[in-house]
Amino acid sequence: MSVLFILIIVSLTVAALFLVAFIWSVKNGQYEDAYTPSVRMLFDDELKQETKKSIK
Amino acid sequence: MSVQIKNTTVCFHCGEDCLDEAILLDNKHFCCSGCKTVFEILNQNNLCDYYDIEKMPGISPPKNAIKKYEYLDNEQIFEKLIDFKDNEQALVSLFLPQIHCSSCIWLLENLYKLNPHIISSRVSFLKKEIKIAFNYSDLSLRKLVELLTSIGYEPEITFSNVSNSKKHSVDRSLIFKLGIAGFCFGNIMLISLPDYFGLDNIKDNDFSQFFGYINILLSLPVLLYSASDYLKSGWNALLRKSINIDVPIALGIIALFFRSVYEIISNTGAGYLDSLAGLIFFMLLGKIFQQKTYAILSFERDYKSYFPISTTLIDTDGNEKSVSVSEVKVGDIILIRNNEIIPVDALLVEGYAQIDNSFVTGESVAVHKNVGEKIYAGGKQMGQAIRLEVIKELSHSYLTQLWNDEAFIKQQQHQFEGVTNAMSKYFTIVILIIAFSSAFFWWQTSIKIAIHAFTSVLIIACPCALALSAPFTFGNVLRVLGKNKFYLKNASVIENLAKISTIVFDKTGTITQAAKSTITFHGNTLLKEQIDMIYTLLRQSSHPLSKLIFSSIKDAELLTIIAFKEIPGKGIEGSFNHHKVAVGSELFIKEKQELNPTSTTVFIKIDDKVVGYFQLENSYRNNLKEVLKHLSKKFKLHLISGDNDSEKKNLMTYFGSTTQFLFNQNPEEKLNYIKTLQKNGEKVAMVGDGLNDAGALKQSDVGISISENVNTFSPACDAILDASAFDKIPLFLKYCKGSMRIIVVSFIISFLYNIVGLSFAVQGLLSPVVAAILMPLSSITVVVFVTLATNLLYRRKFKA
Repeated sequence: MSVLFILIIVSLTVAALFLVAFIWSVKNGQYEDAYTPSVRMLFDDELKQETKKSIK
Repeated sequence: MSVQIKNTTVCFHCGEDCLDEAILLDNKHFCCSGCKTVFEILNQNNLCDYYDIEKMPGISPPKNAIKKYEYLDNEQIFEKLIDFKDNEQALVSLFLPQIHCSSCIWLLENLYKLNPHIISSRVSFLKKEIKIAFNYSDLSLRKLVELLTSIGYEPEITFSNVSNSKKHSVDRSLIFKLGIAGFCFGNIMLISLPDYFGLDNIKDNDFSQFFGYINILLSLPVLLYSASDYLKSGWNALLRKSINIDVPIALGIIALFFRSVYEIISNTGAGYLDSLAGLIFFMLLGKIFQQKTYAILSFERDYKSYFPISTTLIDTDGNEKSVSVSEVKVGDIILIRNNEIIPVDALLVEGYAQIDNSFVTGESVAVHKNVGEKIYAGGKQMGQAIRLEVIKELSHSYLTQLWNDEAFIKQQQHQFEGVTNAMSKYFTIVILIIAFSSAFFWWQTSIKIAIHAFTSVLIIACPCALALSAPFTFGNVLRVLGKNKFYLKNASVIENLAKISTIVFDKTGTITQAAKSTITFHGNTLLKEQIDMIYTLLRQSSHPLSKLIFSSIKDAELLTIIAFKEIPGKGIEGSFNHHKVAVGSELFIKEKQELNPTSTTVFIKIDDKVVGYFQLENSYRNNLKEVLKHLSKKFKLHLISGDNDSEKKNLMTYFGSTTQFLFNQNPEEKLNYIKTLQKNGEKVAMVGDGLNDAGALKQSDVGISISENVNTFSPACDAILDASAFDKIPLFLKYCKGSMRIIVVSFIISFLYNIVGLSFAVQGLLSPVVAAILMPLSSITVVVFVTLATNLLYRRKFKA
């Protein structure tokens, strides 16, 4: 049963890491703008040089 | 329908209709050379994906805007505008109101392809803001802004950007507090689990001690950090010898903590630390829920966000120089170009002044001023450049003076006492009496039970449910109102709105539509050819009235015009193949004034014969009559206007006979009128729009600013109402009143829980399990109740 002492301390440490990660992400401004990234991720990468020529 | 084909040509860049002069490039039509230029810039830089993401995403760039940005070369202005700089890079945030689609995001984030000195750019779509990192030694801020302007995104840089020392950083402490409380709450609950199930026989003494100490450790950050606001606020209230809701909360928190620590250390029980952490977690949750903010709305804007940073000064040698508006002195000569705002009170020295005061007075029709006349700050020049002599500095100008009125300085010191705090006074006193009398009762039997009962009462009476009902109700109400385009500054506005007894309306722009006038033609029936000629002639003029009438004429064709002349302040003349047409003021056309000059008229003369006139009338908002009818049943209505009383008769039919009408009121008189009403014990809501209402909006108990487009400027106020939701005003007021009733009911529910809890507590029978069940249960009941009730009320009021 005494292994519980270690387990609880380990589990608390892991949980604390997530807390730190949360605080870091808030400080980093990750929740400031929840809209723009959803649009940004849909933009294509610069791979279609050919198609651009046709516009010219 | 061959005519239709001509009209369907739309600009490849901005989607506007191409008129006759459409420009063709690469088989694409453009409505103006500005749009074509943007396309060329983008095409050269391989940025034509812009047109693939959304159809016709472009914004037609403003004309002749290049000279405007000279002031950005000024070192001090540069320092104030940028967020950060090191030896090479600078970071600047600019507000681009034109951002409207995903193409905008794509183009603006690819700015570095347009200019190699731009390092990176990032758009925040909801805030309509762009953050640009650039090499400021190679690319000046002015060049950067000019680049943005040239592709159609003209940044809005106003006086307030520069005068506010630094942008306030976002307060994230509440989120941290909530996060930490949530973390501790969860873990304490987990560790307290054996207690909940009464597993006393399994755990040996070592475990319960160990669990207890870990719980104390976990509850410390909750007590010291997460709960610090409640403790501080409660303590401050006591220092001021008053009681607010935080006093009983703080007492409960302290009693909870110390009793738990005592029980754990003395090994007599498990304590109530789970209840403590849960309580604080839920209360912080309520606080965050109540803080609904609208990213791009600002309720604190003053004249500074309206005025430009700089103006063009003409020195004694006749040279033009860009100076900061605050440096302009009396006697200086300033140059105001087309579409620029006049920053200070001044006299017209030279040029043809056509002042659009729509912002200051709400009047949509531009006013003509003669040389030597006084022009107040805030107007916008339309047409050619004019020269003005400054007669008052910025800080002494008419509009600025209004802002220095005490209504603005005292910043509403008489903080409204919320319903929760009013209730908590009696609550706290009752709780303390119960706590002390139960302690006194048990004192003879056992001191231990006495202390036990005393702390139990404080713990169980901790008004968490009471403290939760208002935030959750208000948070929900704010969201519902926001969904219906009525944006409140904060939750206390709801309480004020529920108490309103008098509503004061401004006229122009508030009950009338600023941008829309009804244009009617009086006179002979016009032939098709005559309409076409008038249409063509109006097209030549940049006068706002011409534009208004031009856009109101449907089904007309453009003809070839042979000669055209504009006589400033009077009208326009043009010759066609066989006819001569003149359009203008009554005096100009008929050479005498016959009609009542209070209404705006434009006369038409064809071949020396007056054929009739256009009359422009303000059109009232939709459903104005019904809105006023509803409101007049419950509220006293007043109308206060800066205009003359020419429309009084008409307005009477809308407002009814009980309404007070006041005309020819200047901004200060408006403010004072509100003050008088308040002195008579009325709770006043002011509904207005322009800067001229700013004083009255601020003075009133609830200032509601109506805006056709909520993204643009609205004066400092408590609430912003989108003009399209005007007809819902009675619903909004009813909803606020209903929400107050919901709060009262939720108070009763939480009192019932308290009575049950107290009956355990005074007997000294409160166990951690009872506390752990009762406290969250009461909180959750209240939260669920108010959420359901506000939603139900919403459905009944708005969807019926």
